Amino acid sequence: MSQELLYWQALNRAMDHEMAADDSVFTLGEDVGLYGGSYRVTEGLYAKYGEWRVRDTPISENGFTGLGVGAALVGMRPVVEIMTINFMLLALDSIVNGAAKIPLMSGGRLKVPLVVRVPGGIARQLAAQHAQRLEHTLMNVPGLRIAVPSTPQDAYWQLRQAIASDDPIILLEHELLYFTKGPVDFAAEAPPMHRAIVRRQGRDVTIVSYSRHAVLAQDAASELAKEGIEAAVIDLRSLKPVDWDTCAASVEKTHRLLVVEEDCRFAGAGAEISAALTERCFYSLDAPVQRLAGLDIPTPYNGALEAASIPQIADIVAAARQLCQAASESKAA
Amino acid sequence: MERETLHRMLRDMLLCRAFEERAAEEYSKGNIVGFLHLYPGEEAVAAGVINAAGPSDYIVSNYREHGHALVRGTPAREVMAELFGKATGMSRGMGGSMHMFDPERRFMGGYAIVGQTCPIAVGIAYAVAMRGLPEVVICFLGDGAVNQGTFHESLNMASLWRLPVLFVCENNHYAIGTEIHRHSAVPEVFKRVAAYNIPAEKIDGMDVLKVHEATKHALERIRRGGGPQFIECETYRYRGHSMADPGTYRPAVELKAYQSWDPIAAAIRDVEFKYPTPEELAEVGSDNVKLFVDHLIDGEHLAAADVEEMKQDVQKIVDDAVQFALQSAKPTMDSAMDYLNHAHRHEVLM
Repeated sequence: MSQELLYWQALNRAMDHEMAADDSVFTLGEDVGLYGGSYRVTEGLYAKYGEWRVRDTPISENGFTGLGVGAALVGMRPVVEIMTINFMLLALDSIVNGAAKIPLMSGGRLKVPLVVRVPGGIARQLAAQHAQRLEHTLMNVPGLRIAVPSTPQDAYWQLRQAIASDDPIILLEHELLYFTKGPVDFAAEAPPMHRAIVRRQGRDVTIVSYSRHAVLAQDAASELAKEGIEAAVIDLRSLKPVDWDTCAASVEKTHRLLVVEEDCRFAGAGAEISAALTERCFYSLDAPVQRLAGLDIPTPYNGALEAASIPQIADIVAAARQLCQAASESKAA
Repeated sequence: MERETLHRMLRDMLLCRAFEERAAEEYSKGNIVGFLHLYPGEEAVAAGVINAAGPSDYIVSNYREHGHALVRGTPAREVMAELFGKATGMSRGMGGSMHMFDPERRFMGGYAIVGQTCPIAVGIAYAVAMRGLPEVVICFLGDGAVNQGTFHESLNMASLWRLPVLFVCENNHYAIGTEIHRHSAVPEVFKRVAAYNIPAEKIDGMDVLKVHEATKHALERIRRGGGPQFIECETYRYRGHSMADPGTYRPAVELKAYQSWDPIAAAIRDVEFKYPTPEELAEVGSDNVKLFVDHLIDGEHLAAADVEEMKQDVQKIVDDAVQFALQSAKPTMDSAMDYLNHAHRHEVLM
């Protein structure tokens, strides 16, 4: 039976369910305890589980993320919340040099069952130091897994799966998704953590995206349908590993691929996605793979400029339309 | 102190010295490659600290950790094979000199980012405290680490939550090539630590008995619920920072001063400092070791013949370790991938 929950509530329930089931699960971060979490994800947990399992930390991102790594080495299941992805830059040493490398460096003698939850993305006029994406950086780190839930149901499933896994996993949560609503079924069987989901079937073009832009891509597909263009929308749900099979199967049907991301275009997540799918699907393609991405610019504060720095629904519609036209013209020629 | 402990500590120091000298030799032969940070001069710290710890205590170490692993009880074969990059090494040839792991002995790793041992040790201690266990985490760090943010962040958290961590600073006076007065506004490390309300003391790190005594008391205070403790061991490394470093930035007079603990070192006092050969180091190999040997002989805990026997014993262990490493198989890329993915082998990813 499903119920309507906000994205943050789904994460909150996932935390609660895992903490109740396993007392080696604990969470720590800035204001996760008494305050209840900056996006309310840990609301109520401090009262229920106490200060050792819901630990308010000093503002020491690298220190408390490293604490999580150490605790994970001896069998705990820490869930570190970094208040926003912008501050994760300070914790990259613990994540990249620590969590990601210890399993290999130790010759498989140690595991790092660590989850790092991070709100991020472009929200509303938070300015350059509070509005950025780091998926490209994290994707290039061997040893990490990255989940990017776009719905409350996925947020619930993927956080629980991440906590249960023995690998270090980053959960990228989008700040503009916390207050979106959707059905969540606690009892339903979850798909594997890194499987992509086809959100909409289509025959003309495949749009591959993730996180908030997977939601925008579905809106764009509805617009395109009014013009007679049937776009398939794939929500990757995971950026490491990527479910290439699901993407390729769609591209082989539609023969056109548009990759949509909020990340900056140059060496962003979309660069890897389009390169890998071009290699794999080259002979099925009717047109070159197109990327729609954020501009290579630190996010400006001004609202209009901020909006113009990342793809909007109208941009996705226009790019998909153009891709379909270009492909049919080249076929006709 | 029990005779057995005294003998064990001396034997550990001699083993560390013989092991490291042989490692230097194998490095010049090309059997060991990459960065190799050697321990001669600092053996009293490993022997004194780790012999005071219990088997359920954890050790977290940095990249100058061969000696720490040996004293903890990892067989010399496995330590040497790791230096050789072999599949039989303690990290299966995946970590090398700077990343040695032996979780069965609660040796939780060698980490090569300066200061990184601190948050990791604090995290293990957090787990211990949460579970209410009587274990202590021993965190090694050098004097170079005390200017890293992670050091201060970790001291603050350890003190705030009264975590069972013993921080041991091996102060060899040099952050690679920069002497402590040139890298720290307050060169007395223990004073900076005191600012976090952590009891901190400075001891003679060349004297294994003092190190052992201080560690024993600090561990007792921690187990009684006294929260984190800090010991600054003043010591010295006879070699450069790594095999890539001849150590010429250190004034000859300084090296000589540290060698002046004993009459044998005095014999080479007039020799201009240059990158030392194994033979020269063997001669210098009195220092902290000699100090302790003299003490044991004076106290009639040991005869000179015993020392010779011990030296021969550890030499045999080191020779055997090298043979073992030479004969061991190399790891495969399949095994590397398996170690990388071992934690999720039962998971369906997609």
